[in-house]
Amino acid sequence: MRQRRRAAWLFLLPMLVVLAGVAGWPLFRTVFFSFTDATLATLDDFQGVGLDNYLWLMRDPVWWRAVWNTLVFAVVSVGIETALGLGIALILNAHLPGRGLLRAAVLIPWAIPTVVSAQMWGWMFHDLYGVVNAILMGLGLIAKPRAWTADPDLALPVVIAVDVWKSTPFMALLILAALQMLPRDLYEAARVDGVHPVKVFVRITLPLIRPALMVAVLFRTLDALRVFDLMYVLTGNSRSTMSMSVYARQYLIDFQDVGYGSAAATLLVLVLAVATVLAVTLGRVRVDAGR
Amino acid sequence: MARRCALLLAGMLTAVSALPAAGATVTLACSGLGISFDLCRDGAQEWARRSGNEVRFVSPPKGASEQLALYQQLLAAGSPDIDVFQIDVVWPGILGNYFIDLKDRAGPDVVGRHLPAMIEAATVKGRLVAMPWFADAGVLYARKDLLEAHGRPVPQTWEELQDTAALIQREERAAGRDRMWGYVWQGRAYEGLTVNALEWIASRNGGTIVDPDGTITIDNPRAAEALAMARGWVGSISPPGVLNYMEEEARGVFQSGNAVFMRNWPYAWTLVNAADSAVGGKVAVVPLPKGGADGRHTSTLGGQLLAVSKFSAHADEAADLALYLTGLAEQKRRAIHGASNPTIPALYEDAEVVAANPFFAELADSIANAVNRPAQATGMRYNQVSAEFYANVHEVLTGRQDAKAMLPDLKEALVRISRGGRW
Repeated sequence: MRQRRRAAWLFLLPMLVVLAGVAGWPLFRTVFFSFTDATLATLDDFQGVGLDNYLWLMRDPVWWRAVWNTLVFAVVSVGIETALGLGIALILNAHLPGRGLLRAAVLIPWAIPTVVSAQMWGWMFHDLYGVVNAILMGLGLIAKPRAWTADPDLALPVVIAVDVWKSTPFMALLILAALQMLPRDLYEAARVDGVHPVKVFVRITLPLIRPALMVAVLFRTLDALRVFDLMYVLTGNSRSTMSMSVYARQYLIDFQDVGYGSAAATLLVLVLAVATVLAVTLGRVRVDAGR
Repeated sequence: MARRCALLLAGMLTAVSALPAAGATVTLACSGLGISFDLCRDGAQEWARRSGNEVRFVSPPKGASEQLALYQQLLAAGSPDIDVFQIDVVWPGILGNYFIDLKDRAGPDVVGRHLPAMIEAATVKGRLVAMPWFADAGVLYARKDLLEAHGRPVPQTWEELQDTAALIQREERAAGRDRMWGYVWQGRAYEGLTVNALEWIASRNGGTIVDPDGTITIDNPRAAEALAMARGWVGSISPPGVLNYMEEEARGVFQSGNAVFMRNWPYAWTLVNAADSAVGGKVAVVPLPKGGADGRHTSTLGGQLLAVSKFSAHADEAADLALYLTGLAEQKRRAIHGASNPTIPALYEDAEVVAANPFFAELADSIANAVNRPAQATGMRYNQVSAEFYANVHEVLTGRQDAKAMLPDLKEALVRISRGGRW
């Protein structure tokens, strides 16, 4: 037994070394820099400033707005994606003709790189030539063209909509995989007993796919909290949609303020860690599920 | 560690060797793609042929902020990999410490030839850290045909532009062109909005956000007037979407025939007159309007400079290359072959240059009257100042904030950024 354990560690060692190199070290550097006044120009000549960067960060309303934007984005987009993904997965799970083709088609939005789809949607939402305005005007839903990405009240909903379009397939596919693992005989029995389909769904399907669903939700939430490319492409550095990542990048790259930017990045990592811990404990997600 | 990073980064840049020759090898980073890179390459190779040295070219990343970050790391690590840098007109304050002083090498005659505002932009604490290479200034593109059809002169003031734009927009729409807008510009929250807003404010004599001596001047009634006026355009003569337009989006609307006026850089001239343009031959380029009768025609100065790294192993050859490329003969060649805007005013009256680019005559005034963004005074913190400025201006333009109420807050934010005006 002990030998087997040692062998297991031996096999894991290369992976751990690589992880320490590509993930651990940069993370450590970021945390380290967040306690200094380093700038891009003084990367090897800086002083420790203790918690100064964090204190300034806490006092910056723009930061709090970025935190708020990120949370709203994460909660709303993941919520909609889960509901839609579940619906699509149930439909794909039914024995439709051409199911394979449908499954492939559904994946297209997920396959397109975010930068490309964001740019694409940016043009579709264009205020003068955008196809979105053309369709809505044609249907008589809006009286005059809207400036989707420029209007501060519409910009964040637009960013969320694009994310929903892109990530729903990912959700649907994960849920579909769980659905296809379900034992058929349960459903046979339920049908024989004449249980209402809604009750079947709530009592049998949901509890059985819950672990997979929770993992999918957790993955998407972590992704959504780190969001950068969507906002950056669609609305640039605009404060009405700025996410925590956009904020951190602006300080790190545009303002060359490595210390302060690292503090923002470190807080983002902390938020991610807290979200993960909460999800794993409250949602009782079995990260090691699938044994 | 940082040093190794910089070497790695430099290794990632693509290097192209030029003609082999005796003498030193000078490495030049000129950005730009297509024609602008060809212009740079041909000029540098010509210098190499004449001087018996060699030139290597590196292509920096495409985005301006990625470029700046890379240059900062290379220079902070003391890397001698690049000798001559092409830098934006707002970077001397940020990178100036790493560049050699070119004042004595150029000599007063050569320095005196260039636009004073350009030289001012390249001067940091009395040191001339770069040589002006080409200039850029905001200009107003106007639809000549529409102005004639509606019997309106070229607007001299913003107020006049507003009236003319509203009138033509109304009448054109009544005639069935319901996509027509009066005025398009750059309103997205990015550097271009700083450029546009500075033009509105400076043309009203409302200062340049921060004075050259570091005084924060933005909180003044003229600036408030200028911003309130621009706020009035959004949704009336400018499409609401203008608040997410950059240069190309504005050009798209204008070039498809859906705008009477456009604020843009000179680069758009060739494109709006191209074969596939809906408005080819119907466009005039004029100076941007004055802010009110006692205002002045001005624009924001843009452009690029060449600077020599103080870590260069062959500073003499590198400086020679920079001075050659920014010299009169080379700027003339670039103007004729690539419509690059010289930084030497005399060239705007040169017969060959004007023959190749008839509209340069219109540009000369705009470039001569251009104002600098406050990049010297704010030094290392310029990008932060600009970001604070454009974010707040954007809030005013979207109607979230009132111009008068915003300016004191902006001033306060700038005081914070400058640690109490000490920059």
